[in-house]
Amino acid sequence: MNASLSRFNIVSIVLGFAFLYLPIVLLVVFSFNESKLVTVWGGFSTKWYVAMFQNQGLMDAAWVTARVAFISATVATVLGTMAALALTRYTRFRGRILFSGMVFAPLVMPEVITGLSLLLLFVSMGLDRGFLTVTLAHITFTMCFVAVVVQSRLVTFDRSLEEAAMDLGATPVKTFFQVTLPVILPAIVSGWMLAFTLSLDDLVIASFTSGPGATTLPMKIYSQVRLGVTPEINAVCTLLIAVVTVGVIAAAIVNKRREVQRQRDEQAAQRG
Amino acid sequence: MSNAALSQTESSTGADTGLGTSLLRAVAGRLVIAVPYLWLLLFFLIPFVIVFKISLSQTAIAMPPYVPVFDLSEGMSGLFASLRELSFENYLWLTEDALYFNAYVSSLMIAGASTFLTLLVGYPIAYGMARAPATLRPVLLMLVILPFWTSFLIRVYAWIGILKPEGLLNQFLLAIGVIDQPLIIMNTHTAIFIGIVYSYLPFMVLPLYSALEKMDYSLIEAAQDLGCPPTSAFWKITFPLSLPGVVAGCLLVFIPAVGEFVIPDLLGGSQTLMIGKTLWNEFFANRDWPVSSAVAVILLLLLVVPIVLFQNAQARAQEQGR
Repeated sequence: MNASLSRFNIVSIVLGFAFLYLPIVLLVVFSFNESKLVTVWGGFSTKWYVAMFQNQGLMDAAWVTARVAFISATVATVLGTMAALALTRYTRFRGRILFSGMVFAPLVMPEVITGLSLLLLFVSMGLDRGFLTVTLAHITFTMCFVAVVVQSRLVTFDRSLEEAAMDLGATPVKTFFQVTLPVILPAIVSGWMLAFTLSLDDLVIASFTSGPGATTLPMKIYSQVRLGVTPEINAVCTLLIAVVTVGVIAAAIVNKRREVQRQRDEQAAQRG
Repeated sequence: MSNAALSQTESSTGADTGLGTSLLRAVAGRLVIAVPYLWLLLFFLIPFVIVFKISLSQTAIAMPPYVPVFDLSEGMSGLFASLRELSFENYLWLTEDALYFNAYVSSLMIAGASTFLTLLVGYPIAYGMARAPATLRPVLLMLVILPFWTSFLIRVYAWIGILKPEGLLNQFLLAIGVIDQPLIIMNTHTAIFIGIVYSYLPFMVLPLYSALEKMDYSLIEAAQDLGCPPTSAFWKITFPLSLPGVVAGCLLVFIPAVGEFVIPDLLGGSQTLMIGKTLWNEFFANRDWPVSSAVAVILLLLLVVPIVLFQNAQARAQEQGR
């Protein structure tokens, strides 16, 4: 679709983005509030950030969350990429319908169901709830998001590249690592980041599957929010938003550069 | 060599590369399918079977807090004995207590209403984005996706400070003199609607945008040249063409919203009844695992149709992308 923007289009875009961003901006602004009241401005201060770093419980939870997110995102990326390959490369195998169902269903499955069912599995397996069980749960639900992201890149992949490599004598494994992987790498990286942030974010599944000693940051934030809104929570949230925003924008820039480089290489290859 | 020629050689490559590599290839292929398959079977499908089994058990003061527990040490007879103890009692209990029925109905209604509101809010945004200059579109797309990356919990939390009686919205409205008494929004359905629309807006805008972006705008121009007024051109051309996006967006919002826990819990207060909250309370407050399992089974049954629709839409999109 290509046409000039009408006034209606501009107004709806501006209002839409204001709606999306204003609450986050207000949250960030009030994390620098001197006053203990979250909604009354009492002057600029960074004291809530100091308080946050001195809160040992919060720091412990942040460390647990970071480790869970890192491990689960990494394993989920491997499993999710395999699932994406299975879905795009093998159009016929026994149980393919069930398989694609199990990949897509977790994307929309209400978290309370996923959380409860995983917990009951861990209990009947005799696993103690804690770091391991949260990580397993996070791998399971994030790998499906990775699979969808990688799959959308794989369907547009030009398979003649692989065939050319194999005609020239490369083994399938070598072909995968030297031809396929570099092309789908940006999708794998964004899949990893998506898995990482989903794990970082998750409250419901973690509450079901975590146990003593493995309280994650969202669980900690949730229990404090229930007691009331405090600027310290605003400070924690601001820091989380900053980390994620910087990560996403950096990844977008890197992706863009790679894309430009790839196009240049392709043009050069065609000329040569 | 052209693409066509290359794909013709595809069938012969297997024979050319020899037995060793083709074996390796077969093993690698098996592994690529088998590893994620087994993982999802173990951690996604089997848990549902366990949920169903426990929903037929009775509550007990023990760990785990239900009976019977399958004890494999007693062999097959023990297994059969414990199977006989299973019953549909928990499901009867769900039908007897009006609380659960009301919770299901109100979840479906709240999710339905907020899905419609999300569509109303999201459509103009997606439409505006699709009509924006091509150079601006990636930036707009990025701006829609970015809030999705920031924590769900944080975004819901941000609204508490805005919607509270002494919150920022009321302060603002009082200051400009629109109202002279604070509006009560927190702990009402309105707060839940706002929370769901806000949190799920990117899920609605993205599929709508990708449907609208593909549309050929010259169709509208042709209709208008032929004397069709803009509103009926919209309903006759734009909207039907964007229907796949509308369906995908609505399902992506509706299904998780039915079982939503965080939004009704933090914004809806204690009076609002939603099934995700009921399940949570049965589990964490009452520690009644069998009843919460039964609640989950019924919730899943309610969502089977929309989930299957969603998967078909996904499969179709996958086929088109091929």
